[in-house]
Amino acid sequence: MFDIVKEASGLVSHGVSACAGCGLELIIRNVLGVLGEDTTIVIPPGCSALFCGYGPNAGMRVSGLQGNLENTAAYAAGIKAGYAMQGNHHTTVLGFAGDGATVDIGIQSLSGVMERRDKVMYICYDNEAYMNTGIQGSSSSPVGAWTTTTPGGKPTRRKDLLRIAMAHDIPYCASASLANIPDLRKKVQKAKDTDGPSLLHIHCPCPTGWRYHPSKTIEVAKSAVQSGAWLLYEYCDGNITVNTKFKELKPIEVYFSLQGRFKGVNDEGMAEIQQQVKSQYEALLALAGLE
Amino acid sequence: MQRQQEKPTSKLRRFRLYGPCSHVFDASHTGSWRVERPDVAFDKCVKCGICATCCPANVITVDKGSAECVRIMWDYCKGCGICANECPQKAIAMIPERSVK
Amino acid sequence: MGHYKMLDGNYAAVEALKMAGVKVISAYPITPQSSISEKLAELVDEGELNAKYIRVESEHTAMSCAVGAQLTGVRAATATSSVGLALMHEVLNVAAGLRVPLVMPVVNRSLASPWSLWCDHQDTMAERDSGWIQLYCENVQDVFDSVIMAYRIAEHPDVLTPAMVCLDGFFLSHSMQKVLVPEQEEIDRFVGEYKAVNLRLDPKDPILINNLTSPDEITEMKYQQAAGFRNAKRVMGEVFQEFAELFGRKKSVVEGYRTDDADAVIVTLGSMSGTAKYVVNHMREKGYKVGAAKVVSFRPFPYEELRRVLENAAKVAVLDRTTGFGAQGAPLWLEVKSALDGCKLVKSYIGGLAGRDVSMWSIENALMDIMEERSAKPDTKWIDLQGDPMNLRQVLMNV
Repeated sequence: MFDIVKEASGLVSHGVSACAGCGLELIIRNVLGVLGEDTTIVIPPGCSALFCGYGPNAGMRVSGLQGNLENTAAYAAGIKAGYAMQGNHHTTVLGFAGDGATVDIGIQSLSGVMERRDKVMYICYDNEAYMNTGIQGSSSSPVGAWTTTTPGGKPTRRKDLLRIAMAHDIPYCASASLANIPDLRKKVQKAKDTDGPSLLHIHCPCPTGWRYHPSKTIEVAKSAVQSGAWLLYEYCDGNITVNTKFKELKPIEVYFSLQGRFKGVNDEGMAEIQQQVKSQYEALLALAGLE
Repeated sequence: MQRQQEKPTSKLRRFRLYGPCSHVFDASHTGSWRVERPDVAFDKCVKCGICATCCPANVITVDKGSAECVRIMWDYCKGCGICANECPQKAIAMIPERSVK
Repeated sequence: MGHYKMLDGNYAAVEALKMAGVKVISAYPITPQSSISEKLAELVDEGELNAKYIRVESEHTAMSCAVGAQLTGVRAATATSSVGLALMHEVLNVAAGLRVPLVMPVVNRSLASPWSLWCDHQDTMAERDSGWIQLYCENVQDVFDSVIMAYRIAEHPDVLTPAMVCLDGFFLSHSMQKVLVPEQEEIDRFVGEYKAVNLRLDPKDPILINNLTSPDEITEMKYQQAAGFRNAKRVMGEVFQEFAELFGRKKSVVEGYRTDDADAVIVTLGSMSGTAKYVVNHMREKGYKVGAAKVVSFRPFPYEELRRVLENAAKVAVLDRTTGFGAQGAPLWLEVKSALDGCKLVKSYIGGLAGRDVSMWSIENALMDIMEERSAKPDTKWIDLQGDPMNLRQVLMNV
């Protein structure tokens, strides 16, 4: 049981030392706001581990375990099984990890959970690099993006987490964004109510790593959605619903120009990326049977 | 009656636990980070609540019944400026922390 | 009173896990552990064991699931071997640091490279500082008894330290022996229901476990773990005695065999200890005053008890089934040497690697060698080295 030293209006403390303008902070407040107290959260080391606290001080008041970087889903599966064997089928067991801990080092244990259909809810907040260790590139860093380990811009395209999840045919997975918080909250509720593994892939702008002013977090998130750099859709029992459809995508250049990390992309690269974004969007529409 | 008296008044007891855990729900004084702070022009505010929804630190309350309709917890506001950037009425300005209005 | 069953080491371990009432199982197959995973899956499938079997995709996940499950307040089980144990390494330390009293059979097998399927102690020796209790078994009955007793030791509120029960791959894991299995009620009385008395995941009583901790506190938390190991020695004594009273089989942290008047004693771990006793008898008939000592608990290491057992011996041969590269001797030797404080001649022998048989010859050879040893600081001797070890392969290559 927590000793409450400073009250908060939700389950997350108001004073957590996430960077000013941190997208993750807004995500975790909304996620726990929907899930409520009957939740056990598993968080790997990384930015989100700030919410597990430091020493005796906690940043959230829910039960939880800080795991290792690669086994968030594995701990969650064990916890869910332990609860189930004691007759507790109601508690939401949530794995909450960044892109590095999900698509890189954690993809194996996540794949295991999805294949076994363990009733675990998993959220990947994707700030598109290893931010907590100092902005190193991950397999979710977008093509062209500067990181400290892709100083010349990332030469390859990102791994597509949702298509990996769909390949496992889990009952529910969706992308979400701070561009549309009500939609994000609705998806958290759906993921919670899913009987089986569920996965949310949430775009998480990071002012520190993406090189933009902290006040622009929502603006950047919106621009990503409008340009098609981040597509909002759901996969539910085998059917894809595209949540945000466009007559025409805004130029990717608009999204890129809001951030410092794409400064190294030249005109030729920009045209190529623009083409990739367009064909990805069209491929999604085709997958959803809309074209 | 007898049984009720025997019941402990509180079921909470403190146990010594070994190993790492956090159990003190606390808050750091992140307000001290602020370089700029949001300054709300209450006359322009339409009380839509977007600033509160977008605040990562969840420190903004919009009180429709009050003249000073936007309240900010200064102990924790980091001064990121998202509220000002997202306000559809441009009713929030970011001003240097130490300046006087 | 129980009944006799023909079991191999793996099935004896399964029998003990089942009787201890494990509720969550997460296991990954690896030779020679695989039949443990298979049998547990079968028991769950047939309804003989009321547990959830999580068919994990790696040993890393196996250990992570087990830690997560046991933190909710149930006994969780897994088992592994060799490189599987090495893959668990990261999470073994988590289990120990969180004081999760898991009990895990480890079927000893050599580590790669070279690839081997067969027994030695490199896998568990590589984990000797991971914060787990390590018990080594001599025979199949020992496997069953050790798993049962390990629960009482590991889960004791003064110990709260996970335990490995180490059984030699193939020599024990696949060797059918007669095992006296107690009745379920007897085991229930002895082991009891699991109660999480330390860190626990419970949404009704929430805390956050395993968060970042400052240097101001970590030394103290490590001291708590060290205290757990100190207490484990006392608790082991109590548990062994209670077990002997209830089930009639005596066990101790280190067992001496004909050591009272022995001039030279060989110290061993695991299944080779039986052979050592046989050789001692054989050599005694020829007039050599030799004895054997079997270390049962490698962690915590029984320093005082070993000193007592070796009190009268002038010379001690320590036979390690692992290497100890770059050290003055192999791991068991290091412990024995430091226990004896330099007052005796203690020589390190390495043998039985990767399934090479620790034969009567190897043990007799070691004992004869130490009786003839005159140097105060002898070098490590590889007891069963064959031919010209530096000249194994001659391969055609482009120049």
